[in-house]
Amino acid sequence: MFNTRIRVPPTAKPGEIVEIRTMIMHPMDNGFSYTTQGTLIPQNIITEFSCHYLGEEVILVRLEPGISANPYFTFPLRAEATGTVRFRWMDQHGDITTAEEEMVVE
Amino acid sequence: MNTGRRAFLATLAGGLAAPALLRAGTAAHVIVLGAGFGGATVARLLAGVPELRVTLIERDATIHTCPFSNGVLGGLWPMERIAFDLVALGRAGVRLIRAEATGIDPETRSISLADGTRLTGDVMVLAPGISFDWAAIEGLSPATAEQVPHAWKAGRQTEILREQLVAMEDGGLVVVGIPAPPFRCPPGPYERISLIAHYLKTNKPASKILVLDAQDAFSKQPLFEEAWASLYPGMIERVPGSASGAVMAVDAGTMRISTGFDDVTAAVANIIPPQRAARILTDAGLDDGLGWCPVEPVGFESRVAPGIHILGDAALQGDMPKSAFSANGQARACARAILARLAGHEPQGAKLLNVCYSLTAPDYGFSIADVYEPGPEKVSLVLSEGRTTALGASAETHAAEAEYARSWFDTITSQLYG
Repeated sequence: MFNTRIRVPPTAKPGEIVEIRTMIMHPMDNGFSYTTQGTLIPQNIITEFSCHYLGEEVILVRLEPGISANPYFTFPLRAEATGTVRFRWMDQHGDITTAEEEMVVE
Repeated sequence: MNTGRRAFLATLAGGLAAPALLRAGTAAHVIVLGAGFGGATVARLLAGVPELRVTLIERDATIHTCPFSNGVLGGLWPMERIAFDLVALGRAGVRLIRAEATGIDPETRSISLADGTRLTGDVMVLAPGISFDWAAIEGLSPATAEQVPHAWKAGRQTEILREQLVAMEDGGLVVVGIPAPPFRCPPGPYERISLIAHYLKTNKPASKILVLDAQDAFSKQPLFEEAWASLYPGMIERVPGSASGAVMAVDAGTMRISTGFDDVTAAVANIIPPQRAARILTDAGLDDGLGWCPVEPVGFESRVAPGIHILGDAALQGDMPKSAFSANGQARACARAILARLAGHEPQGAKLLNVCYSLTAPDYGFSIADVYEPGPEKVSLVLSEGRTTALGASAETHAAEAEYARSWFDTITSQLYG
């Protein structure tokens, strides 16, 4: 599990387009850089990020080694009904980090 | 005229301006700009030298020191504690000119004042400090700084921030924005956070401090974090640069402070803008386009303009932090270099020191002490162990460090202004 930061508006009107912001604190080592001692830092990246809302996958991102540390995604989401917005990050070893936030729609 | 003085003038003038300087009977004229820790030190040291005539240009009648201004914010002492006049400098033989300097001509080593006068020196020492890069943060300007103070130049700004903290209701959110380095006084923002926390804990305990920081790591970080955990648990939250902590925009009307990730509404916001050398130096090209003024590491003479020394926060000298202690040491080195030239020999480099105390509460202090030496290119840190107060030090140690901090401040200010 890595530290994450997420931002989901606590309330929204039905049909409103809200902005979702997410960030995961991850080094995203691309496998091409060296330590000050001269040893290669092995590749270690997040490979997948997704968001689910009302039982549906609303975004799926595949990440490659060229992405910077602490990947930050922001995207619009149409608020339709009250529900939990769930986020999921998977690293190259298959380890999962999750975060979620409730959004009340009325 | 003795040969020492002739050699001095020849070195300074590089031949070209020599005829003008060789008027018999005139002492060489040293112009110093800025009566802060760098300028006041060099003026005071050179004032007693018979072969020199020292003019000090300062805009303000009262100097407010940035050191110990965080104590004003924390309510540890009043503004008077950090206010000093220049009477003693005048008494020491420095010719004081109270005026705003408007321009520098490095070629002729002359400086223009707001009233149109122009002063020309044989040697110049410039220590005007910093300017803010207002454009770096949307919505921030000298005008909005009245509502969202930086308080990073002490004086009226310190008072504004103090008044806002005093007027704030219990439970308010204080936002402190810290820029990317380099900036004046690397541990200063964290001392400020600590002393604001001290004030809030004592007077408004339901309040919180949110630190929006463009930096990831910072000076004396483990010591500050240890102090915050023990003195102000749960009061301070910090968002580092890697988590998009850098302040991007400020709305002074709504007090909305935005980073790349968060938008928060502050009760009091202290946003410190990114910095560079004072505008008068960059306008004269003395920063060589770098934002800070490159100088050689022995006498702090400009790499751009011979005969012009640049001290303190504005100088790009190497590893020394932008601090009052550093500026004071650099001023001593600069004065030695000027006197060496006067005596007709090459200035010799000496080791430099920086000791920096931070307070996190009235009786809780710690310090870092570093030694520097002039290398071929720049001033370099001489690495050593045990440069800081140990983690987990006793209450007595922290109380003693706080006492050392107070005596350092009283000593240096009485040497300069007393």
